[in-house]
Amino acid sequence: MMLIECPWCGPRNETEYGYGGEAHVAYPADPSALNDNEWAKFLFYRKNPKGLFAERWVHSAGCRRWFNAVRDTVTYEFKAVYKPGEPQPIKTTNAPAQGGTK
Amino acid sequence: MAEQVLTDISALRTSPLAHLASALVQGAVSGERGVGLREIAFTTQIGLRAEPGSAAHAALSAAAGVQLPSAVGQVSGSADGTAVLWLGPDDFLVVAPEGSELLGPLVDALGDEPGQVVDLSANRTVIEVSGPSARAVLEKGCPADLHPRAFAAGTAITTVLGPVPVLLWKTEAETFRVLPRASFADYTARWLLDGMSEFASDPVD
Ligand SMILES: [Zn+2]
Repeated sequence: MMLIECPWCGPRNETEYGYGGEAHVAYPADPSALNDNEWAKFLFYRKNPKGLFAERWVHSAGCRRWFNAVRDTVTYEFKAVYKPGEPQPIKTTNAPAQGGTK
Repeated sequence: MAEQVLTDISALRTSPLAHLASALVQGAVSGERGVGLREIAFTTQIGLRAEPGSAAHAALSAAAGVQLPSAVGQVSGSADGTAVLWLGPDDFLVVAPEGSELLGPLVDALGDEPGQVVDLSANRTVIEVSGPSARAVLEKGCPADLHPRAFAAGTAITTVLGPVPVLLWKTEAETFRVLPRASFADYTARWLLDGMSEFASDPVD
């Protein structure tokens, strides 16, 4: 069993959390300009790196807030958690070290 | 013939654990490994949403008569009077005795400011678990750290008990209030009674 640090509640059991997939996937600036292929890529295509990955989590059985985390997909170790809008503290292949997008 | 209007419906209410009243009494364990259960029914519960630092937040604090809590675990006010539990950074629950007239003043205080005041009195019931073995019973199914160094009297957290999402509020050193939603109350009470039963027997060395 893993302890995950919620930015608001502190360390809680992993069973209190839900997984939200890759973080920092930018919403298309002009969605109506996308063709079906591009729209499908935005909706369904996600990176699946071996190593550090920025991803979204929700503390569903606690404060019910969404937040971001950098996790190592090899070891499952959480390297950092940060609130929406805060800059990403560690660089990953799916997002820059600064950005701070939702 | 004049139409009869029922103005006081309190006699018609049935609390979520009314049907288990005698089971809760019979399940009590006394002695140094004791633990007991009781339902605190019909409390006034009001959900508040307001951004910390906003005018709405200040107005709701003033109307509730206690400062809204500012961090996880914090409970403002008193367990026997009006208490406000922290549910999230902008999310709070007022718990007050049955019949407290708080809703109107809170709605008025919020006015047109962004935020929320919602009567949630029927949403959750309150199950009080108390006694020297209370923590041991809860620890059978609660993944949060309930040791006093991490969970002190006068604090409350949102977590799970078994599979049931609950608010867990520690009011005294050996007294916990479990707040499941009303539809989970029956299951939660039976789960607790089951967890308590072992403490009625002498420990096996
Ligand atoms: Zn949380």
